Amino acid sequence: MSAPTAVLFDVPGPKARARNTTAGVITLLVVAALVGVVIWRLAATGQLDARAWEWILYENVQLALLDGLVNTLRAFASGAVLALVLGAALALGRLSDHSWLRSFSTGIVELFRAVPLVVLMFLFYYGMPSVGITVSTYAAVVLGLTLYNGAVLAEVFRAGVLAVPRGQSEAAYALGLRKSGVMRLVLLPQAIRSMLPAIVSQLVVLLKDSALGFLITYPELLFQAQFLGSNATLGSPLIPVAMVVAVIYIALCLVLSALATWLEARTRRNPNVLTVAPTERPDDA
Amino acid sequence: MDVLFGNLPEYLTRFGGTIGLFVLSAIASLILGVVLAAMRVSPVPAMRITGTAYVTLLRNTPLTLVLFFFALGFTKLFFYLPFFLLAVIGLSLYTAAFVCEVVRGGISTVSAGQAEAARALGLGFSQTLTVVVLPQAVRSVMPPLTSVQIALLKNTTVAAGFSVFEAGGFYRAVNEQGGSTLVALLWVALGFIVLVIPLTLLQRRLEKRWSVAR
Repeated sequence: MSAPTAVLFDVPGPKARARNTTAGVITLLVVAALVGVVIWRLAATGQLDARAWEWILYENVQLALLDGLVNTLRAFASGAVLALVLGAALALGRLSDHSWLRSFSTGIVELFRAVPLVVLMFLFYYGMPSVGITVSTYAAVVLGLTLYNGAVLAEVFRAGVLAVPRGQSEAAYALGLRKSGVMRLVLLPQAIRSMLPAIVSQLVVLLKDSALGFLITYPELLFQAQFLGSNATLGSPLIPVAMVVAVIYIALCLVLSALATWLEARTRRNPNVLTVAPTERPDDA
Repeated sequence: MDVLFGNLPEYLTRFGGTIGLFVLSAIASLILGVVLAAMRVSPVPAMRITGTAYVTLLRNTPLTLVLFFFALGFTKLFFYLPFFLLAVIGLSLYTAAFVCEVVRGGISTVSAGQAEAARALGLGFSQTLTVVVLPQAVRSVMPPLTSVQIALLKNTTVAAGFSVFEAGGFYRAVNEQGGSTLVALLWVALGFIVLVIPLTLLQRRLEKRWSVAR
């Protein structure tokens, strides 16, 4: 029983214990029924037959899935690096002393946060050719991921820098540091440590969003799943392939999420790191 | 301009589809999300575990994959449902996990004294939650809750990839008539900006009006 929830109810007496047990049993029954129905339908439609899973033994199929995984990770890696760079640049712009730079960066951030990522990717992949610029699916995915997540990360960075107590920058200025020195030597090192969990959670979002490449036929995992799943010579094993791909995606995201949780716990334990009020993660979903 | 005015009925009905998807999924995800949050703080271990498992699973699954399952797998496994409805189900199930986390965060901001006082008055768990804690929690989480719903609005475009009739697919209709896809997509982007701005303004307003000093 975790501490913050225990306050909502009293220690159960005999009657409440019986009621809770009943509720627990009913919950378990409902969950079991839902899982059971899915398994029953899977079996009834032949998705659990040996024939539907044969593909997993073929080397070509394994290589195709591996290829999809590599493409997913490639888009994620380039997107993450570029988004971090763009986010840092935009955050610096928003914190600048020049008002034109500030409003320019704010405009960019607001623009790319408001436009759906799918529409951004469509713009690059389907839209650009009509003005004579061909963009590869990979470039379209990475550009989309960079612009959107860069804008979100800019907000995270800005919140982190603003959360450093004023006295820090005042002391740094008093020591004679310039603006760039204050930022580089005093504010950023403190801000980054407190922002790290939020940054990693945003990277989980970026990883999940890389699956949108599927919609513009970038050959990532989900695309390979559909390709293999509609292959008649394999018996069109769409659902079995999708299940395997789902496990891969969820495993990847869980690893990153676990990293974020671990960083958060470490941050909380370390008295040297400022405890920033958990910054609202703007576009988590 | 031709691209827009030549296809105005198409543009408007498609955005109508987007708004329909959004409103239905928003309502469903809010209800399911609050129920999940209640499950996660309930005295029944089985409910807590179910809620936690659901949220962990859905939060770590790409939305595209969720819709992939519903659009391509559901009909194969169960029975026929129109794509629109399947998209609503997929979007709601996905968004509910985020709503749950936000609401649960709100519950922990309500000071312990409130719940203790409610218990001292003899209220049970469900009464403490629905009468005392949730009304205060929801106020403090209005801004992040609106953020989740704005994300949902933008996520409806993912359904375009699964031939649901909504704004993301507008460029295809334009393309068939030989219009510029780039211009069509820019109009769609503008449409979304126009839809998101009132929600952001609403968020600021609610934040100001509903934030309670504690």
